[in-house]
Amino acid sequence: MMRFKIVTSPHVLQNTSVGQVMRRVLYAMIPGVAALIGFFGWGVLVNLVLATAVALLAETVMLAVRGRRLALHLSDFSAVVTAWLLAVALPPLAPWWLTTLGVMAAIVVAKHLYGGLGYNPFNPAMVGYVVLLTSFPREMSAWLIPHGLYQPQALTFLETLRTIFSGEWPARFALDALTGATPLDALRTQIGLGLTVAEIRNSPVFGFVAGQGWEWAALGFLAGGLWLVYTRTADWRIPTGMLGGLAVIATVFYLIDPQHYAPPWFHVWSGAALFGAFFIATDPVTASTTPYGRLIYGVGVGILVYIIRGFGGYPDGVAFAVLLMNIAAPSIDLCTQPRVFGARRG
Amino acid sequence: MSRLFPFHGGLKTVRHKTESNRQPIQPGPLPRRLTVPLRQHIGAIAKALVQVGDSVLKGQMIGQADGYISAAVHAPTSGVVVAVDTRPVPHPSGLPDLCVVIDSDGENRWIERQPVVYRALHPSELRNILRNAGIVGLGGAAFPSAVKLNLSGQDQHLETLILNGAECEPWITCDDRLMRERAAGIIAGLHVMVHLLEPREVLIGIEDDKPEAIAAMSEMCAGTGYAVRSVPTRYPSGSVKQLVKLLTGKETPVEGLPIDVGVQCFNVATAYTIHRAIDHGEPVISRVVTVTGHVSRPGNLDALLGTPFAELIEQCGGYREKVERLIMGGPMMGFALHSDEVPLTKAANCILAASAEELTPTRPVAPCIRCGACVEVCPANLLPQQLYWHARAKEFDKAQDYHLFSCIECGCCSAVCPSHIPLVQYYRYAKNEIWAQEKEKQKAELARQRHQARLERLEREKQEREAKLRQKSPARTAKAEDSGAGGKLDIQTAVAQAKPQPLSLIPSHEGTGESEGEKTDQSLGKQDV
Amino acid sequence: MIAAIVVLSALAGVSGLLLGFAAVRFKVEGDPIVDKIDAILPQTQCGQCGYPGCRPYAEAIAAGEADINQCPPGGENGIVALADLLGRDPKPLSTEHGVVKPKMLAVVDEQNCIGCTLCIQACPVDAILGAAKHMHTVIASECTGCELCVAPCPVDCIDMVPITQTITTWKWTYPVVTTKAAA
Ligand code: SF4
Ligand code: SF4
Ligand code: SF4
Ligand code: SF4
Repeated sequence: MMRFKIVTSPHVLQNTSVGQVMRRVLYAMIPGVAALIGFFGWGVLVNLVLATAVALLAETVMLAVRGRRLALHLSDFSAVVTAWLLAVALPPLAPWWLTTLGVMAAIVVAKHLYGGLGYNPFNPAMVGYVVLLTSFPREMSAWLIPHGLYQPQALTFLETLRTIFSGEWPARFALDALTGATPLDALRTQIGLGLTVAEIRNSPVFGFVAGQGWEWAALGFLAGGLWLVYTRTADWRIPTGMLGGLAVIATVFYLIDPQHYAPPWFHVWSGAALFGAFFIATDPVTASTTPYGRLIYGVGVGILVYIIRGFGGYPDGVAFAVLLMNIAAPSIDLCTQPRVFGARRG
Repeated sequence: MSRLFPFHGGLKTVRHKTESNRQPIQPGPLPRRLTVPLRQHIGAIAKALVQVGDSVLKGQMIGQADGYISAAVHAPTSGVVVAVDTRPVPHPSGLPDLCVVIDSDGENRWIERQPVVYRALHPSELRNILRNAGIVGLGGAAFPSAVKLNLSGQDQHLETLILNGAECEPWITCDDRLMRERAAGIIAGLHVMVHLLEPREVLIGIEDDKPEAIAAMSEMCAGTGYAVRSVPTRYPSGSVKQLVKLLTGKETPVEGLPIDVGVQCFNVATAYTIHRAIDHGEPVISRVVTVTGHVSRPGNLDALLGTPFAELIEQCGGYREKVERLIMGGPMMGFALHSDEVPLTKAANCILAASAEELTPTRPVAPCIRCGACVEVCPANLLPQQLYWHARAKEFDKAQDYHLFSCIECGCCSAVCPSHIPLVQYYRYAKNEIWAQEKEKQKAELARQRHQARLERLEREKQEREAKLRQKSPARTAKAEDSGAGGKLDIQTAVAQAKPQPLSLIPSHEGTGESEGEKTDQSLGKQDV
Repeated sequence: MIAAIVVLSALAGVSGLLLGFAAVRFKVEGDPIVDKIDAILPQTQCGQCGYPGCRPYAEAIAAGEADINQCPPGGENGIVALADLLGRDPKPLSTEHGVVKPKMLAVVDEQNCIGCTLCIQACPVDAILGAAKHMHTVIASECTGCELCVAPCPVDCIDMVPITQTITTWKWTYPVVTTKAAA
C-alpha cells in the first residue's frame, strides 16, 4: 500500500514570493535611479551601495540575534528595498556615517525592534530619513546642483569617494559652486522673500516643470511605478489616491492665488511626490490594507504632503506625511471593511 | 438577456482538463470486494439494514436514511455481506467510519427495478422515491437532494433553478464528459426537478472552456425553455453562491442559502442520477469519477461506489513514478488522502495522483506583509489577512467579526499569498475550534441542567420521605419506599432527560462540512414524512 | 473672574448631570456574577475544586473564598476566562486540586455489573441508566467524565476510557509553521 504526503489544500499555488515582490520594486527603481546618477553624479551610486551593504549586515545581525532563519529572511530582499529607498532620499554627497546611521535606524530600530518584516508599524526607510533630517538638518540639505555627469563641473568617481568617506571637499571647487537649494527649497525661501511663483520658476534651476534633473528622475520613477502597478506589485489605489489628493488640493490653492501657490503639476512632479507615491507610500506592511482604506490612505498622504510643503517647517513632506498616515492606517482599516459577499448593502 | 454578473475576486488557474477529457467515459472495474461507507453524504449516517452473511442484490438498500437530512445507501453489486464495521474512508483525517463490506459474486444481479411515471405522483411521494434512491449532490458536497427539492416551508415561489456544469476546478472533467455523452439523461433528470420545484426560469451554467459540453447541452435544451449560459472560465465560478451571483446577480445572504433569494442549484451529475432513479428505477450505486494526474492513462470511469481507489488507478494504467500526494477532489479544494485503500464515495468527483510535476513545492512560510493580494482574489469579499491574523492568535470571536463563516475555503487566498501562508488551514482550524467550543458549551449547559434536576429530585425525595415519616403509616415503612420508588424514579427521569436536546448551530452546507452532520440532523428534525 | 467661575461651575454641573443620567440610563443589567462564573466552569460536577459541584465553587469564588485556579477540568483556558471576567491575573492550576487530563468517558463492564445502583447515586448528572439488580449502562452523551461513579462500585466494573476521535469529532489542526531557525 502506498503512503502519501498530507498537505492541506490548495495544492496548486501561484508562483509568487515576498522576494519576488521586493525584487520587482528594486527593478522598478532602476530608471529613476539612473536619472539621479546621471544628473547628480556618482554619489548617488556610492550611497546606494553603501546603504545596501550596511542594511544587509544589520539585517543579518538582527535576524541572528532574534533567532530567525537567515536564508529565508535574507532572500526576501526587504532590507535592500529599505536601503535603496533611504539612499535615494539622501543628498548625493552625504558623508558615510550619515548613510550608515540612517540605515541602522531604519533596520535595527524601525524594523526589527518592532518585530521584523510584517510587524513594523512605521515605514523603516522613512523613519531613518526623518531621524537624519531632524538630527542633521545641515548635512541633509546639502544637495548638489544637477550638472550632469558629462559636464566638467562634475566630480569624478574618486573625488566622490573621497568626499563621502573623508569629508574633504575636492580642492578644485568651492563648496557653493556645487551645492544649492533644491527647487522646493528655493520656492519656499523665495516666496518668503516676497517673489511670485512665476518669477521664481523662471530661474533655470526649475527646468521644464519641476526642476532641472529632478523632473527626469521623477519621470523615471513614474515609469517604474506604472510598471509596478501593471504587474500588480503595488496597489494602484495608493499612488492614485496620493497624487490625486495632492493635485486636487494644489489646484484649489493655485486657483485661489496663483501668485503664491505653485501650480498642481509642479507639486505632483517635484520633490519626492512621484517617488513617494509609487515606492514609499505603497509599502504594504505599513499602509492601509483594505481596498477603500488604501485610497483614503493615499489621499491622506497627498494632502499632508501639500500641507507640510506649504505651511510646515520642511520643504518636502513625503516622509512625515507617510509616517503620520502609518499611525492612522489601523483606524482607517477598521472603518473601511469591505462589504462581505451576501451582506446587506448600505 | 443573457447578462452575467461577475463576482469579486477569483483566479485564473491552470486548467489541465485535456489530460482526461479526450476519451469517452469507460465502465469501471468490478472489484472482488466493495467497501460501502454508510456516511457518504452530509447529515446523519445511514442505518445499516444488513448483517454479516446476508446476500444482497445489486441496487438493494443496505443503509436507510436516518432522519430528515440523511441519505440511503445501496449495494453496488450482488454478493454477500462479509463485514459491517469501521473501515478507512476518504476523509482528510484518515480515520475509519462505518462501512458495509460486500464480496461480489460476479453476477451483477439486479433487484427488481421499477421505473415510475413521475407526473402521476404526489410531490412528497416522488421525493421519498428520490430519498430512498440515495440521491445526493454529486458535485462534492453530497447534500441530500430530496431536502433541496422540497419547497414547502418556503413562502416564496422558486425564481430560478440552476444546473451547475461549471466544473471550475483544474483537472476535473467528469461533468464535462457526462454532459457531452449523457446530455439527454441530464435533461430528463432536470425535468423531474422542474416538476417538483416549478421554477420561473431554468439556467444551466457551463464554463466556456467546455465548448463540446455547451453544444451538447444546448442541443438537448432546444424547445424546452431551459437556457444554457456559457460563463467565463474563472475559479471558483462553480461554487454555488458564486454561480448564483454570476447567473442571476443575486447574492446569497451571509449564513443563508440560495433558496433565501429564490434560487436552487444542483449539479449536472445529480440530475443524471435522478433520471436513472425515476426512468430506470436504479438507485445511486455508481458515479463518474475523473482519475487523472500522474497516472498512465488519465480518463473518466463510471465506477461502482465502494471500489477501492487503488483499483480505479490500476484501471487507468497505474501510477507513474514518484507520486507523492493523492488528492480527492480538485487541487484547489480537494484533500490529500492517507492511502489509496479507501472506497469510492458519492462525493468523490476526482482522484488526482500528484507528483512534483503537478504540485507546487511547499515553500517556507514568511510573515504576512499585508500586501492585499488575498483581498483581491477572495470571492467572498473578505479580508483574508485579518482573518488569518485573528485565527493565528486564536482570537476566534474577532475572526468571526471578520466573517470567518462566510469563507468558502476556495483557496484563492492561499494560492496567491507571496508569504506562502497556509491561510485556508488556519480558517478550517478556527471554524472547527469554534464548532467544538460551541458543542462543548452546549454539553456543559446540558450537564448543568441535569445536575440541577438531580439536586431538585433529591430535595423532593427528601421532603417526601419526611412527609411519609410524619404520617407514620404503619403499613409501609419509609425504608421500603425509599429503595423501590427511588430506583424507578431514577430511570424515569434519566430516560426523560436522555432525549437529545435541540442544538442551535446550523452550519452551512458548503465546504467540507464533515463534522457537523449530526447537529444539522437534530436541529431540523423530521419534516418530510 | 466671577464670570469664569460661574461658567466653569455651570459646565461642571451640566457634565455631572449628563454623567449621572448616563449612569442611570445605560446601566448594565448584567447577570449576577455567580451566573457568569458558573457559565465559564465546565460543569463536570466532579468536586475536585473542593466544592460539591460547579455552582458552589462559583459561589465561593464570587464570595472571595476560593481562588480561580482550582478546577482541573476547566484547564488553562478556564482559568484565563475566569481571570478575564474578574479582572485578575491568570495563574497556573493549583496542583493540589488535580491535573489537566484529556476528557474521559465512563463505561460499565456489563458482564460484571451486579446492579447495585451505587453508581447511579453517585452520578451528578444522572447519566447512568439501570434498575436495581439489573445491568447498568452509561449514556455516553450525558457523561461528563467526572469519575465519581468509579470509586463506589463494589466490583470495580466501571472504567474511564479516553474519548476516541471519530470522523465527526475530528478537527483540523493548527498549522505547523516554523519561523525560528532550526537550532
Ligand atoms: S496574500 Fe499573504 S502576505 Fe499578502 S496580505 Fe494576504 S496573507 Fe498577507
Ligand atoms: S479561502 Fe476563504 S478567505 Fe480565502 S479566498 Fe477563499 S473565501 Fe476568501
Ligand atoms: S473542579 Fe469539577 S466540580 Fe469543581 S468547578 Fe471544576 S468541574 Fe466543577
Ligand atoms: S457516568 Fe460516572 S463519570 Fe460519567 S458523569 Fe456519571 S458519575 Fe461521572
